[in-house]
Amino acid sequence: MNGWIFIILCTLSLIWTCLCLVYDKRPRLLKPITAITILVIWGAALLTLFRRFTGGLGAVAGVNDAAPWGLWIGADVFAGVALAAGGFVIAATVHIFRIKRFNPILRPTVLTAFLGYVLVAVALFIDIGRPLSWWHPLVMWQDHSIMFEVTWCVILYTTVLAIETSPPLLERLGLTKVLKVIKVSTIPVVIAGVILSTMHQSSLGSLYLIVPGKLYPLWYSPLLPVFFLISAVAGGMCVVIVESYFSAKILKRGLESYIMTSLGRAASIILFIYLIIKLADLAVRGHWDLLLEQNLQSRMFLLEMGGGVALPALLLAFRRFRHMPRGLLAASLLVMAGIVLNRVNVSWIGMSVTDHLHYYPTWMEIALSLGFITAGTIIFFLAVHFLPIFPKAEEEEELPEAISPEPNTGLVSA
Amino acid sequence: MNRKQGAPDMNTLDRRRFLQGLLCGTGLSVISPSSFAADPGNIPIADTPSVLVDVTRCIGCRACMRACKIANDLPNDTDLSVGFPVAWERQELRFDQWTVVNPETGPGTDGIDVTRNVKRQCMHCLQPTCVSVCPVGALTKSELGPILYNEDRCIGCRYCIMACPFDVPKYEWHSGLSPVVGKCQFCTRKRLSQGQLPGCVEACPTGALKFGRREALLFEAKARIATHPEKYINHIYGEKEAGGTAWLYMADVPFENLGFKSTMETAPMPPLTWDVLSKIPILAGAMAGLFGTLAWTLNRQEKSE
Repeated sequence: MNGWIFIILCTLSLIWTCLCLVYDKRPRLLKPITAITILVIWGAALLTLFRRFTGGLGAVAGVNDAAPWGLWIGADVFAGVALAAGGFVIAATVHIFRIKRFNPILRPTVLTAFLGYVLVAVALFIDIGRPLSWWHPLVMWQDHSIMFEVTWCVILYTTVLAIETSPPLLERLGLTKVLKVIKVSTIPVVIAGVILSTMHQSSLGSLYLIVPGKLYPLWYSPLLPVFFLISAVAGGMCVVIVESYFSAKILKRGLESYIMTSLGRAASIILFIYLIIKLADLAVRGHWDLLLEQNLQSRMFLLEMGGGVALPALLLAFRRFRHMPRGLLAASLLVMAGIVLNRVNVSWIGMSVTDHLHYYPTWMEIALSLGFITAGTIIFFLAVHFLPIFPKAEEEEELPEAISPEPNTGLVSA
Repeated sequence: MNRKQGAPDMNTLDRRRFLQGLLCGTGLSVISPSSFAADPGNIPIADTPSVLVDVTRCIGCRACMRACKIANDLPNDTDLSVGFPVAWERQELRFDQWTVVNPETGPGTDGIDVTRNVKRQCMHCLQPTCVSVCPVGALTKSELGPILYNEDRCIGCRYCIMACPFDVPKYEWHSGLSPVVGKCQFCTRKRLSQGQLPGCVEACPTGALKFGRREALLFEAKARIATHPEKYINHIYGEKEAGGTAWLYMADVPFENLGFKSTMETAPMPPLTWDVLSKIPILAGAMAGLFGTLAWTLNRQEKSE
């Protein structure tokens, strides 16, 4: 119980930090409180890790034989991969469709995706029972397994992202020859990245095709792979918006608002397509009546589709709304929450029988997840600080002084 | 547990004689993991070693549970060790408890509640879901039919536990770095290959468990139903469920009233994912062609401008 109070306090503290940034308030306590919160979360995450590797998953997580996959798979891996989809979407937009005006956000987006995939890989390493055997799928092939295909795609795509992320580092190190090789191979690498992403984003949905008798019919559909892919594309775009917004706040740089609004518009269109296919699929499978059942599953489905898909899609459809930075941010956060809720619904709520849930996450599972999110954020801003990730803008002269009041740099030295 | 036996040449094995109950001592080999999943294995379905469970004959003595633990060197530290009859608390399948017998109460054919003893263990599907989902081939369908687990391959992803339509595989949740997945392996390595009956079948005192060729057992089950239509319900659980299983059940109470899953698909499960997976190479190739052409064309256009 004390663990839960701890988790709620930490979460509230992080939300407070974000709200301060959004409303341009910089109270004196912002930096120390944020730093302490993050350090405390990391302490709890390390404790969780220690107990997981000594006492097994059962010692830290709520997972059990009736619900073998918990929050670390549903939220950290499934939602994490979906929210990192911005990397392949923006890379394809710039390098394949040659829409150059998205160029300024390419590097930060690809960096976000790379960090996301590294964290997913770490989460998987922790969650699989025999982490030291993680390499088995590479040599012990079983090509009838979706899991086998997903493993290969994630490993290969993380490699692709490492290549796509490398130019800023190579520029900093002055390795011009390697940089040239990377530049020449950009387009084939990006194409490989798009194919690998399409494959494993959809295949995460295909994992659940095998359980028609277990996954609640509101979510089980032969179109699961399509749903996972489409929602990931929209979600990935909204992550780019959110990430750009907070980067602009923290680094005190201008927001590329023309890029953000067109991303918001694209996300709106994709969400509407997603919504229509979802509803049509429900109708074709004849499960409309399940929406009227007063059970946990129907409420969660309505919350996911209403609050996480229909509402933001509608809001983003209005030009005036898209041009309000905070409005755009709020709608994008709704979309992200909708994606997380969808993955959690499929992997948790939908896998239970009516109102009886087979699994409840422990506070330690949430502590580790928060540890991942905060670690990823801090590594991102460290990279942005030391590497040429964001384009050099006019306000270059004021950039050094803008960085000093940034909360996270002070934190790292602490 | 789970130590591999030597794998003698399959050609020396006269399956039919083996399975017709002569049980001559022979070995068996495990097929390579890439060649199974989609096809039901090398053995004809009719010859698959099977067990017929007649629920009406089970007295719930749990001798089979005890025999299973002894046969598979599983920890016998529960109340099972104190003697006969064993503890009557409800028992669940665990990674170290591969079969359980529990009294199940539900309405009989006349609507009045009755209690029957139901044995549970791996059903040994003819087209096993767990084998098809395992990313490393840790679960395999042996040439004789039973589904085997090899802990040396397992990475602990638990997809088999998630996917099994009968909720059979169980996981060792409190092992830090080397948990195993546990489930009935039909005593394949230790007993069948030595020409012995599975531990549970040998221990059953009432004939509720009968070992034999699948076809022969189906024939017998249908004969029992035909002889006593007033007693048995006309449904052999496992004949069609999930594409057919090696373990077959007959009862005098509808199976869904005894805790069996009533929503079980009769079609085999592995094609549900394989139908998608098998199309991926074509889709990936098409995407490579499409995006390659697009990037090349747009790039040329840019340069000419």
